[in-house]
This record gives sequence, structure tokens and C-alpha cells, in this order.
Amino acid sequence: MKDVSFGQYYPVSSFVHRMDPRLKILFLIAFITAIFLATSFYGLAICAGVLLLIILLSRVPVGKVFREIRGILFIVILTSVLNIFFYRGETEYWSWKFLSITREGLIFSAFLVCRLILLVTCSSMLTYTTSPVELTDGIESLLTPLKWIRFPVHELALIMSIALRFIPILMDETERIKNAQKARGADFESGGLIKRIRAIVPVLIPLLLSALRRAEELGDAMDARCYSGGRKRTKYKKLRLTWRDFVGFLVGAAVVTGVVLLRVYGVGTL
Amino acid sequence: MRIVAEHLSYTYNADTLFATAALKDVSLTVEEGEFFGIIGHTGSGKSTFVQHLNGLIRVPSSMKRYKKKKPKKGQALPPQTVLTVGEYDLTDKKTNFRELRKHVGMVFQYPEYQLFAETVKEDVAFGLKNFSEKKPTNEEITEAVRAALEVVGLNYNEIAKKSPFELSGGQKRRVAIAGVIVTRPEILVLDEPAAGLDPVGKREIMELLHKLHKEWCKTVIIVSHDMDEISENCTRAAVFSEGSVRYVLPPHELFQKREELRALGLDIPLTARLCEKLEQAGVKLDCDFTIDDFVAKLSALKEGKA
Repeated sequence: MKDVSFGQYYPVSSFVHRMDPRLKILFLIAFITAIFLATSFYGLAICAGVLLLIILLSRVPVGKVFREIRGILFIVILTSVLNIFFYRGETEYWSWKFLSITREGLIFSAFLVCRLILLVTCSSMLTYTTSPVELTDGIESLLTPLKWIRFPVHELALIMSIALRFIPILMDETERIKNAQKARGADFESGGLIKRIRAIVPVLIPLLLSALRRAEELGDAMDARCYSGGRKRTKYKKLRLTWRDFVGFLVGAAVVTGVVLLRVYGVGTL
Repeated sequence: MRIVAEHLSYTYNADTLFATAALKDVSLTVEEGEFFGIIGHTGSGKSTFVQHLNGLIRVPSSMKRYKKKKPKKGQALPPQTVLTVGEYDLTDKKTNFRELRKHVGMVFQYPEYQLFAETVKEDVAFGLKNFSEKKPTNEEITEAVRAALEVVGLNYNEIAKKSPFELSGGQKRRVAIAGVIVTRPEILVLDEPAAGLDPVGKREIMELLHKLHKEWCKTVIIVSHDMDEISENCTRAAVFSEGSVRYVLPPHELFQKREELRALGLDIPLTARLCEKLEQAGVKLDCDFTIDDFVAKLSALKEGKA
């Protein structure tokens, strides 16, 4: 009923949405590697082009995607300012003591800004097009090899999915308790820092208690149904690779190869 | 304080993919001094409606909407949303909502889960301290807390110094209700006050509400889906379904509409069901659907026959 929208998942059906989450995670890793390997604007342009294609294919509104950038605006501004003033270059435009603005500095900071924006946008595309449940399924499947060294992959995935599952419930609960205390005159919006922190206590304690209660209830319910760890458990939703994932794989490989070639031949290297 | 709502609508997550209309054009008036019932399924909008009453959910200003979409000439004006509680206009942003909340006490579902303080006394005093203009003295607090605990049927000397978490479920609920009524609100709204209690606990809570209605709060509004609770206690009741108000009637008229209520997926009180059975057997029993009246009419009928 309440604010069910949590996280960023944008629930539409599209080419990108229907891809296998495992492939999407691997694709993201490859894509981020490519962004870091790129040493020229050409390399970044390849990444940006592919990313734009993905955004268009995913049917997530472009404006929504770029709104993500606001979150890192501070870091973007900080890095660009630092680089503009501290980058040592040859063509100096202005200098004062140890600060200087150079042509190279300007270009390099523009490069960094592009890189940052690309990084954030591509990561948020994963969360826009993959539901939390798919994501944990994908991670679990990808981590399976670690079972060889007795790493509790299934348990870890279970913890993750339970945690994700509980976020909306606890958010709802927070809202309820907050409303209840507001009805008793609690004030969360005014006052200084100390006063605001103190105002949280009447919400935090009931919330903590309710989280513990729910955890206990869930544990009991799982026990009652004889739940036990990972061995021999089958999945309700089996992950399966399709032609979409093959396309994704090709595109990912092409991007990395392209960027690496540009780097090796030094095309446009800064 | 009188509550007037006209053309009230509310949508959760408006302008997103998850938009759900919770209230559609609700108009409802609750007079001062009523014991008012609100009936409806989960998701019928009843909780959303009561949360409007103390400004936990704000009404989007209707004036703003006019500015946004100026109606063309000849086009009918959209109905103006009205929501007032006493002299407070809740469609006005400048209304002092904290002051309003002092007059409209709200007891949520399972209120015992909002207890947080170290002692019962502190917890009950929470609202008192928040709402007071100047810091209340210790004596004032003790006095008010004592009175509130006593009216909900708890012994101050026994309980005030205890941690609220070591009390029994029923006691916790009483403490939580005391924490709301301690500021003596004129209107008391309770969302499913008897939920999760055993039959005795239920009866005790309803008795408590009657006591409060007589001695503390002029108006009591309960949200419930227990029809017996409604027929026994309320002066009038509103039926919510899918975000709209279907009926606003006194229980003895409302529960005549057995078929209409069933069509909405709602139950009818035990007494109304018994009346129905009697009717099928050819006996017409005219009662107001409270158990006392039902028993009295039935015995009168029996004696008349004997």
C-alpha cells in the first residue's frame, strides 16, 4: 500500500531487463574495467555510445538515469577543481604560487568527470534493470566456485536476500512508528543536530525491537519448515542463458577489445 | 470539534509507476460527541482517511491545483477539497499541525509497539512534554500520568516505575493508550484498538473506550472490521470500500443492509445474523442489533408467545 518503490528497480520489460543477471553483473565488471583502461576520449566515447544504447534498449527514462549523477555531484566538482588547479602541464594559462591552470589540467579533469559519470551511470543501469532478488540469485550463482574452498555461498546469498526483503518492511515500520510518535507530538523536523538525534530515539528503540522480533519469527518459521542450508536445494527460478545474453557477451567483449586496442596503439592518449 | 471532509482524494506514490489511489472523493462529517465507527477491508482507505485527521497525511492544497491547471471558460470547476477539524483548516499549509495533534489523539494499530522509554511514567509523559508550551513541573507530570494510567485501569504506584517492556500485552496496550490520552485530546481516533486481544481483553478495551468517551474525549472514532464491535458501540458508522464511502448510517439502519454489505465482502454482526435466521423461520424481530436489545426483544417475544 505505502511507498513500495524501494531501491531503483524500474519494473518494465525490455531486452536488458530480460537478460540473465549473471551476465549483466559480468558485463558491468567488464564495462567498468574498460572505463578504467581507457586512456583517451575515444575509448570513453565507445563506452558512452554502448551505454546510451543500453539505456535506450532498457526503456528506463533517460532523465531518470541522469538524475543519478546528482548524487555524485559533489565528488565530480571536487575532483575537477582539484585537477584543474593541481595538474602540472606545459601550457599555462594562469598561476599563483603552487596553483596553476593549464591546458592539460583542464583536459584531464574533463576526462575524469566523463569517467566518473560513466561509472555511476553504468552501475545504476544494473540496479535499474535487475530486481534485488535477481541480483542476489546472480551473485550466488557467480560465487558458486567458492564452494570448493568451503565458503558458505548459499548462506551468504540467503542473508543478502533476507536483508533485501526486509528493507521495505522495515521502512514501512519506521514510517508507522514515526507517525505514531508524531501523533504524540514528536518533532523530527526542527531543532539543532543534538535535538534531532535525540528525537530519533523514540523511533529507533521500537524499530530495533520489532526487527529483532521479526528476525526471531522468521527463524522460527524457517525452522518449522525444516529449512537447512544450501545442499540439494533446487531453485524456483532457474537462471538460463539466452540469445540476449550472447548478444550482451559479444557487445561487452567488443567494448573491452576496442578500448584495449586504442590503448595499445595509443590513439589519442592524454 | 466537528470533522468535515469533502471531496477528499489521496494517491500513494503519485506520479510514479506504483501510484495507487487510496481515497477517491470522500465526503464525511463527524459531529462532536459521536462514537463513530469506520468499517472496511484492508486497503479500503480507512487508515489513510484517519491519518488525514491529524495531519500525518497532508491534503495537497487545492488552491495549488487550480494554479497548475486553470480550467477553461465554460468548464466545470473541479470540486474543492475541504478538510476541517474544529477551526483547523487542514488544506492550509500554515495550519499549526502540532497544535492540532494535541487535540486529535491517534492510537495506531498495535500501539504497544511504539513504547520506547525506560519507565512507564516517562513513556506516558512523552506526549505531555512534547505538547506543553512551557516545561511542565514534575508534579504536573506525575499528576497527569497518574490520572491517565488510572483512567485506563492501571495502578500508578504499581506500574509507573516499571519498564514498559516487562508488562503483559494487555497492560502494554493500556499504557500506550494512556500515552495518547494524557494530553486530553478532544477527539480520540483508534485504529483497530482490540486487534489481537482475547475476547475478555476486547471487551475490556471497548469498556475503556466508553469510559473515555464519557469522561475524557468528546469524540471517539474507531476503525474496525469487527462488526460486533461496531454494532455494540457506535452511534454511527461509515463503510469504506475501494477508497470511497459507501454508507454513513447508525448501526441499526446499516445492518439492515445485509445483502449490500455482503456484496462489499463485509460481514454483519452476530445479532444481525440471528435476526436473519429468525426471519427465515418467519419471526420478525425488530432490534437495534446490540446484544442487550436483541436479548430483551427476544425474551419479550418468547413471553408474548407463552
